[in-house]
Amino acid sequence: MTWGVTDLTVTYGAVTALRSVTVSVHPGSIVAVVGGDGAGKTTLLRALAGAVRPASGSVNGPTLSHLGFMPTTAGVWRELTVDQNIDFVGASQGVSGVVLAARREELLEAAGLAAARDRAAGALSGGMRQKLAFSLAMLHRPPLLILDEPSTGVDPVSRVDLWRLISTAAAQGAAVIMATTYLDEAERASRVVVLDAGEVLLAGTPAEVLENMPGHVSVVPAPSDRKRAWRRGRTWREWSPADPPAGTPRVADLEDAVVGAALAKAAVHA
Amino acid sequence: MRAMILKEFRELRRDKRTMAMLIALPIVLLVIFGYAANFTIDEISAQVVGPQADAVAAQAPELFKVEATTASGTSQDAKDLVRDNKADVVIDTNTMPATAYVDGSSLFAAQTAVAAFNLVPKEMLTVEILFNPDLTTAWVMVPALVGLILTFIGTIITSIGLVRERQTGTLEQLAVMPLRPIDVIVGKIAPYFILASVDMLIVTVVGVWLFDVPFNGSVWLFALGAAIFLFVVLGLGVLISTASRTQAQAIQLAIMILMPQILLSGFIFPLNAMPSGIAAIGYCLPLTYFVQLSQGVMLRGAGIDSLWLPLVVLAGMAAIIFTLAVLRFRRDLAPSDRRAA
Repeated sequence: MTWGVTDLTVTYGAVTALRSVTVSVHPGSIVAVVGGDGAGKTTLLRALAGAVRPASGSVNGPTLSHLGFMPTTAGVWRELTVDQNIDFVGASQGVSGVVLAARREELLEAAGLAAARDRAAGALSGGMRQKLAFSLAMLHRPPLLILDEPSTGVDPVSRVDLWRLISTAAAQGAAVIMATTYLDEAERASRVVVLDAGEVLLAGTPAEVLENMPGHVSVVPAPSDRKRAWRRGRTWREWSPADPPAGTPRVADLEDAVVGAALAKAAVHA
Repeated sequence: MRAMILKEFRELRRDKRTMAMLIALPIVLLVIFGYAANFTIDEISAQVVGPQADAVAAQAPELFKVEATTASGTSQDAKDLVRDNKADVVIDTNTMPATAYVDGSSLFAAQTAVAAFNLVPKEMLTVEILFNPDLTTAWVMVPALVGLILTFIGTIITSIGLVRERQTGTLEQLAVMPLRPIDVIVGKIAPYFILASVDMLIVTVVGVWLFDVPFNGSVWLFALGAAIFLFVVLGLGVLISTASRTQAQAIQLAIMILMPQILLSGFIFPLNAMPSGIAAIGYCLPLTYFVQLSQGVMLRGAGIDSLWLPLVVLAGMAAIIFTLAVLRFRRDLAPSDRRAA
């Protein structure tokens, strides 16, 4: 079963948070939603989860018992211990007995939380809390997993752990859609959706996104137009609306592609 | 320092609720205090029974507003009228000299009435204070304080507990779990209902034991009234939580709801000493009716036949407030067409 949204528009009062967005998520794949602050990533995920009423368009999501959701704020009950969090979510999702016991062991072991079962969730480190939230979202083995910036604010080692958990879930057949601000993570996803101000700038496999970016991005020692240039490390990147010279790639990586696509949109509207 | 002061003012300007607390609340409190803070009773409701009822009623001092005279009324009828809260004073002319039965549960009216009767020669009138013979303040206060404590727990603690779910993001999580909104609402409120019930029991027992407050009426009637009242205050707590993003906001709103209940429910300042406009606000507050109920049951031993009105009003408030609270909370939980399990 493929989940997703079609031609979705979401408004908050006079503000349009999403405009005619279409995204689909296939079983066994990971869709990474990237974009700047206010791009509409969270609104898209919440709409797919059924927590936001669309102004127009359609949402094809599973029933709530077949949905795993991890909000930006981790969504764990801080006053409860790790085990108590699992007990509560298990009971709410209808997972109990030996099935719950087995999944508890499996998930806590995979998340490296086996030794923290009796600790209050509020006393866990940020990374541990995110991994617990992921475990809660996965507890009932949902066919669709919606993760809102699961690795934001998490240390690099925990990010690696989280990505391993996410990719394992996809390998086991779950359809995963996640918002992320880390473009190196997005490059590992099956498909990438680049949002900007509620609209899809680019969408496709990471390679397709690189290929479809309008114009090209080149590495320059000094920018000719600062409005179209940005620093990465010790070097400058500069976007140009022209196609790249023959034999030269359009863009080096996803980070440049996202910035380039945003500049291309701005150039069109200028 | 200038930048700091400027920043603080800018933050305050955006926090409209705190601004309301800082500017509007003192004005409201001043007006309410000014008009409501009055212990002086200018008029006391009275009835006269017995063969000389009409004659005595004609001679009654201006302070007493004689609302009815019953020539055929007996001494027991006179006491029943006081117990049923039909009047603060009932003069019984079946006895010689006549007896004025004063409702000790209406403390300020009783004190004023007794002071007025002391001017009347004893051979013309004897005074008997019912239900609170020594006019002990604690006897009147404790039944009302039970309600105030329940209001405090019901509104503040419940709203904080619910807002915590919103603040930590778990409300969002609950909204996409296969739980019916009613499961979440009942599941959240039931623990507070149980805890508040236990609190009510403890406060009532300790109040009765520590302050020697009598419990003359039906425990079951008191429990019924308290349960209905709990629904009202828990509903208020849920309503507050739906209008608050943070626990601090919930506390602010709860205080705004608590303050008028303390001042205008009639247990500190008598309602019949307030101007009618201010008293009307008091009659819109649930604590007013719980105070009538708890004082009626505990002190006067009144039954449902005389306490049905506060019970019905509280039940109506519970139905309206709780329904409104559940609908608003449900809207937060299920803004979209939920895909049921």
